[in-house]
Amino acid sequence: MTNASRVERGTGEAPPIEVRDLTMMYDSLVVMQSLSFQVGRGEVFVIMGGSGSGKSTLLKHLIGLKRPAQGVILFEGEDFGAADTTTQKRALRRMGVLYQNGALWSGLTLAENVALPLEEFTSLDAVAIGEVVALKLALVGLRGFESFYPAAISGGMRKRAALARAIALDPDVLFFDEPSSGLDPISASRLDDLILELRASFGTTIVVVSHDLASIFRIADRALFLDIEEKTMTALGSPAQLRDNPPSDEVHRFLTRSSKGLP
Amino acid sequence: MLTGEWMLEHATPRFDGLVEASSGADAPGSGPVRTVGFDATGLGAWDSSLLIFLLQGEAWCEARGIAFDATGLPEQIVHLLALARAVPERVVTVAEPGISRVAKLGHAALSAWQASLAAATFTGAVADSFGRLLLRRVRLRWRDFWVVVQSNSSGALPIVTLIALLVGVIIAFLGVVVLRRFGAGYYVSYLVGYGMLREMGALMTGIILAGRTGAGFAAELGSMKITEEIDAFRTLGVSPIDHLVLPRMLGLFVMMPLLTIYADFVGIVGGMVVAVTLLDLSPTQFVGGLLTAVTLSDGLLGIAKSVVFGLIIGLAGCMKGMQTGSDAGAVGRSATSAVVMGITLIIVANTVADWLAALLQI
Repeated sequence: MTNASRVERGTGEAPPIEVRDLTMMYDSLVVMQSLSFQVGRGEVFVIMGGSGSGKSTLLKHLIGLKRPAQGVILFEGEDFGAADTTTQKRALRRMGVLYQNGALWSGLTLAENVALPLEEFTSLDAVAIGEVVALKLALVGLRGFESFYPAAISGGMRKRAALARAIALDPDVLFFDEPSSGLDPISASRLDDLILELRASFGTTIVVVSHDLASIFRIADRALFLDIEEKTMTALGSPAQLRDNPPSDEVHRFLTRSSKGLP
Repeated sequence: MLTGEWMLEHATPRFDGLVEASSGADAPGSGPVRTVGFDATGLGAWDSSLLIFLLQGEAWCEARGIAFDATGLPEQIVHLLALARAVPERVVTVAEPGISRVAKLGHAALSAWQASLAAATFTGAVADSFGRLLLRRVRLRWRDFWVVVQSNSSGALPIVTLIALLVGVIIAFLGVVVLRRFGAGYYVSYLVGYGMLREMGALMTGIILAGRTGAGFAAELGSMKITEEIDAFRTLGVSPIDHLVLPRMLGLFVMMPLLTIYADFVGIVGGMVVAVTLLDLSPTQFVGGLLTAVTLSDGLLGIAKSVVFGLIIGLAGCMKGMQTGSDAGAVGRSATSAVVMGITLIIVANTVADWLAALLQI
């Protein structure tokens, strides 16, 4: 089997995402350095850390919006940043991103929002696209909202509609930026349910940026902790394990929601 | 001794002022002060003003090596003082602002260079996108295109009519005043015709649209940048230029010349009204004079200019919108700089066009 076809099908041995010795900079300021980790196929992987620790910046690096200052990011075994445009496009087609506030295109209805990726990347006709759109919106509980504009629905619904758009092309990897931010506890837990269901039904690899502890303990298989003081990752493991055996004071305080250090 | 009420509404004493006032009253031979203590038994209502006074006292004592004894104070005050003294969790280092003038000049030159580079890159990207549209590899979002057409047709007509009419009137007044002195009042129609068709029609329409549509583009795309809608295109592997910039540019590209032709016509009518009213000219004489003087190339020069102005407005508006930062004031700044950049470049381009026209004797 050639490398290309393996990448195409996304079932090869290479992990979906591998980060090697990544340094992230903001202008001339180092945000995080020496980040190395892999995300396994079908895993729910959470990037956690305090405000300003560079969680969202790391996500932007993973989805190709920012280039590493040093180190490499491999998507399905390929260096995403160094690849040519065709390869990059092919990789992007297999990612879905749910932005913090949904980032639905405000000039388009929910149906048009979900349809746009399909129109761009598939040769389906309008009827078939309409069927896919209806299915995706139904999956996130928004059946009947096809003709609504993003401004006319609530924040929670907007996030779910954005999730429908993110899963429009059945991506192999889904990225979530702070899925529970701005949502009430019930809507947030409904979104967590959806994340777990997507993984269970489609085997989707899921990367979540979050600092919501309840959500982290509920959905994460493994979590990565970015320490703002150390400017690097100081913990990687299952959240429960990290809580019981915290590798550092900061991780303990974060996972126990406490302002006091280890006893 | 602390007595009475300590509230922010009333002026409260400063610690050092109080000490200076009382130092003269020291009993002779009492020796230097070693400890400052408090008796708060007579203290009434208090708020932050008392805390500020006490913190001043603490700093004053520290500077002079005198012990500050807080035991006489109520427990809440002692607790609040401890909170106010606490070291922040994390010290944020802010970049050193004190740089020399030479360095500032260097920074300004570098950022000007970066801005020109960004403008060139953006123009190139739009040209590339247009090329792909011609090769039918981009699907144009017709809805955005028609929205631009609509807002620059029926939406812009009232303001364009008003401004063009008044500009025609102004040119005619100028002609009446100047030309009548030489007994050449008849030639007002020449001035109005040349003025509107070659210069003012395109220029005034350009300036109006830079303020209206250019700012609108910048604000619209700027808001989309802040809500991550533009990132959402990028992470889908879809060019935001194809989807957002191209339909807007094309809309302006079509509408600018049409609006300019309309403005030319309205301006000439305005000029004719003045000429007919103030001079002994009939409308037929005015139009006759106009037609003998003005050639097709005069009109075409104005229209060619208007196409360039349309591109300038579209590029400036869309580019500033796409470059918007992430804070609340960023959209406003983008809109402002889109207008400033649009109008400046329009006037520069107009000058260059006139110069070329003079060289080519158009």
